[in-house]
Amino acid sequence: MGTIEIKEGGVMSELTESRIYEWLSAVTDPEVPVLTILDLGIVRKVSISNTEKGAAVTISITPTYSGCPAMDVISVGIRMALLSQGIKDIKIELQLSPAWTTDWMTEDGKRKLKEYGIAPPNRKAFQPLGFFEEEEVTCPRCGAADTTLVSNFGPTSCKALYKCLSCFEPFEHFKCH
Amino acid sequence: MTPLLKYTLRLADNALIIGHRLSEWCGHGPVLEQDIALTNMALDHLGQARSLYQYAAEQVNNMPAAEKKNLFTGDAIQGLIREGGMIDEDNVAYLRDGWDFCNILLVEQPNNDWAYTIARSFFYDTFNYFFYTELRNSKDTTLSAVAEKSLKEVLYHKRWSGEWMIRLGDGTEESHTRIQQAVNDLWMYTGEFFKMDEVDTTMLQNGDGVDLPAVKMQWEQRVAAILEEATLQLPPTGWMQDGGKQGVHTEHLGYVLAELQFMQRAYPRHVW
Ligand SMILES: [Zn+2]
Repeated sequence: MGTIEIKEGGVMSELTESRIYEWLSAVTDPEVPVLTILDLGIVRKVSISNTEKGAAVTISITPTYSGCPAMDVISVGIRMALLSQGIKDIKIELQLSPAWTTDWMTEDGKRKLKEYGIAPPNRKAFQPLGFFEEEEVTCPRCGAADTTLVSNFGPTSCKALYKCLSCFEPFEHFKCH
Repeated sequence: MTPLLKYTLRLADNALIIGHRLSEWCGHGPVLEQDIALTNMALDHLGQARSLYQYAAEQVNNMPAAEKKNLFTGDAIQGLIREGGMIDEDNVAYLRDGWDFCNILLVEQPNNDWAYTIARSFFYDTFNYFFYTELRNSKDTTLSAVAEKSLKEVLYHKRWSGEWMIRLGDGTEESHTRIQQAVNDLWMYTGEFFKMDEVDTTMLQNGDGVDLPAVKMQWEQRVAAILEEATLQLPPTGWMQDGGKQGVHTEHLGYVLAELQFMQRAYPRHVW
């Protein structure tokens, strides 16, 4: 396959996967807008092919949780991001396996979450906790380790509710999943 | 109907109906956190149902025309298929009649009170956990992918309902009495989980399905252990009611569908 070129700012330039990843880094999660879809690790594959009509791009994404309503919005976001770069032939595939895990979240993503006021996932996922056992989570506001679980379920599937016993602020924890 | 399609629909219907039942608690939970917990779990089930219905629709769409003729009793969906149209997950969920639903009877049982809701979830989540653990090994790549994905969510459900069993059983006299009553009343619907019919047998022989008697042993052990910790009595072995997997339901399913399907039945093919 030869080089695929696109017109950018009036000049032709080569279309590469890294170029597409750059564009995708502008697409954010509508429910946690501080994270991009790359921070979350939900983009699994990018492939480019050449058709008679020009470049065709296929993006494989994986849902965080089965019922995550953000996936449809994210798909639209990806489509808009590529369309604005002149890519017209866009295919978005939903990939279920391997199942998404917070282990794929970037370190940069975790830092941004914390700055945003959400405690990031703090350990490797898939070591389930026992009954009545609580995740040890540090308060994203004051840094205290003295926190308590309010509920394992929060405003979105990916978050649990906590309360800091030092500064008494309630906060959300992005669950290790 | 192929065994694979029937199998897919059974799993999808279980997920949709339990999801709907849990969602009925929305705005009625005893405390805000539990209200949110229930709707979160309802959403997980709904998401799993969607993946499975998409797979079912794909199977129907790829069938030769002759095989599609009498898949469902309901003309709402059969009519769509007859016209040659492609069906999608919404059509499968909203346009089939009660006879076409093949969920197990337990999931359609009413919420009743907090104890019944917890006991129903506890029996079902424990089953789901062991079932999906096995289904991950299915040779069918879509079923195994759904199982792998769902299992992570089922872990939260199983923990939540297990903790509540202990909390209620080992709680006050009132909570103990009520959860024991719920366990006793719902017990007869748990036998159906493990009853193999020709669909289950074919799927198992092909390497696509799950060995239900093997799941039964794990389920019984786990349930007995948690009931004991909750200071509750394990009901005696006795008459078990089945029929849901074959489309013969308790009267409750009709009411669920009347609410769930209302919009699409009142305003066919309505979109927004
Ligand atoms: Zn704090």
